[in-house]
Amino acid sequence: MAARILVAKPGLDGHDRGAKLVAVALRDAGFEVIYTGIRQLPVDIATIAVQENVDMVGLSILSGAHMALVRKTIIALEEAGGGDIPVVVGGTIPSFDVEPLQELGVRATFPTGSSLTDLVAGVHKVLDQHAAETEGTSWTS
Amino acid sequence: MSTPTVARPSLDDELHAATQGNVRSIGRLVSAVENADATVLAAIATRKVGAPLVVGLTGPPGVGKSTATDGLIAHYRAAGRTVAVLAIDPTSPLTGGAILGDRIRMLRHVKDPGVYIRSFAARRQLGGLAETTETAIRLLAVIGFDIILVETVGIGQSEVDIARVASTTVVLVSPRGGDGMQAVKAGVLEIADIFVVNKAELPGAEETVRDLTEALAHRRPAPDSWRPPIVRASAATPGGLDDLAIALEQHREWLEHHPVQPGQVRAELVRRALKDAAVDRFRRALAVPDDAVARVLEGVTPVDAVIDELVLLGRSSRPITL
Ligand SMILES: Nc1nc2c(ncn2[C@@H]2O[C@H](COP(=O)(O)OP(=O)(O)OP(=O)(O)O)[C@@H](O)[C@H]2O)c(=O)[nH]1
Ligand SMILES: [Mg+2]
Repeated sequence: MAARILVAKPGLDGHDRGAKLVAVALRDAGFEVIYTGIRQLPVDIATIAVQENVDMVGLSILSGAHMALVRKTIIALEEAGGGDIPVVVGGTIPSFDVEPLQELGVRATFPTGSSLTDLVAGVHKVLDQHAAETEGTSWTS
Repeated sequence: MSTPTVARPSLDDELHAATQGNVRSIGRLVSAVENADATVLAAIATRKVGAPLVVGLTGPPGVGKSTATDGLIAHYRAAGRTVAVLAIDPTSPLTGGAILGDRIRMLRHVKDPGVYIRSFAARRQLGGLAETTETAIRLLAVIGFDIILVETVGIGQSEVDIARVASTTVVLVSPRGGDGMQAVKAGVLEIADIFVVNKAELPGAEETVRDLTEALAHRRPAPDSWRPPIVRASAATPGGLDDLAIALEQHREWLEHHPVQPGQVRAELVRRALKDAAVDRFRRALAVPDDAVARVLEGVTPVDAVIDELVLLGRSSRPITL
């Protein structure tokens, strides 16, 4: 069954052309993409992620404020009970921030200029890893 | 054998947490229903439920269904009712993927714990979209929502599905250069409990109301039956849904005095729309083989015989898309 991905844009930068392109590429790769537009608060992104029970949250950030926004989103996800949902980040991410982002818990980064093919492959990889980690998880009766 | 790294509560605990408003639990349970998880289906089938009001909103793309849903959320929240929304969007038949963008119009409710919004892709639901939607509604009723709003785009057979699962079906049309009636297909006329001419502030609205009135005038409803009203709305304007809210309340009261018989639920209303959907599915499922064309061209087989073959062929083909 198709995995569900929330594509969200936290922060104040006002253009979402990149995020929309990503949403379309993911749809064309067979994913169900929940798209919520620009200027979302991290806490609202977390609420939407758990309401929709997505398999992954993809953040698109062009403002340069990615460290703070990603940290806030991951904390908000944990508070909403969705700390197990993998987070990936795309946008203007300088290479020296990739490792710090990973330390925050980010599973993959897609800096501006990444090809959509690489992005789709990267998303598949994160989802596969996550599925392997949570294998056998379901309700006990 | 791998050990799970994420421990989950028992299903009973999960259901309990959901009724206490734990959104994570609600989200997971809806996914289980969507994936036809037999344990969850069995668990909710046996639980007592209240009788939530289920309002289906359907209509052509862009008519204002999500905007109207957003307005109705506000309306019912102001009255102190809790609201769940199922927003169903079509799945791409080619890739199985979908972009689910309805809730972008409902963002102002994101902080309200009395509102739960869930996007659904009308994907190859194992049990069919109607069944999945019906079970999801049952789950949301078990969890305890007072009002359940279901948005679905009015194409293909989804109108039939919505009429099956909703207590009140709202069909929206918009005035587009006076061809409003073009958008209302025969099957849709049959299933509406309430017609909404949305974007009523735009030119052509009165014409659309008139066309609809005329189309409905040909029907001879039984003396005691509900007569679907035609209301004007401007979903994007404050107060623009007041008439719809009144019509919904009137229909709810009418339903209280005319309980629907389970089993024969709106059979007549649904029959015609079902037929449309079946013909539509047949049309899409049937591919005429080259060899049939060749045999007709060469006069080897009579046309009638070939048509009989095609009917059989179409019946045995499974549709690729919903
Ligand atoms: N002028 C006017 N525009 C409206 C009204 N209601 C909705 N709209 C606009 O119509 C557009 C589509 O509205 P939606 O609510 O997304 O329509 P929808 O039927 O949910 O669309 P899909 O889910 O894509 O099929 C948006 O730009 C709305 O702002 C209205 O009463 N008047
Ligand atoms: Mg919509």
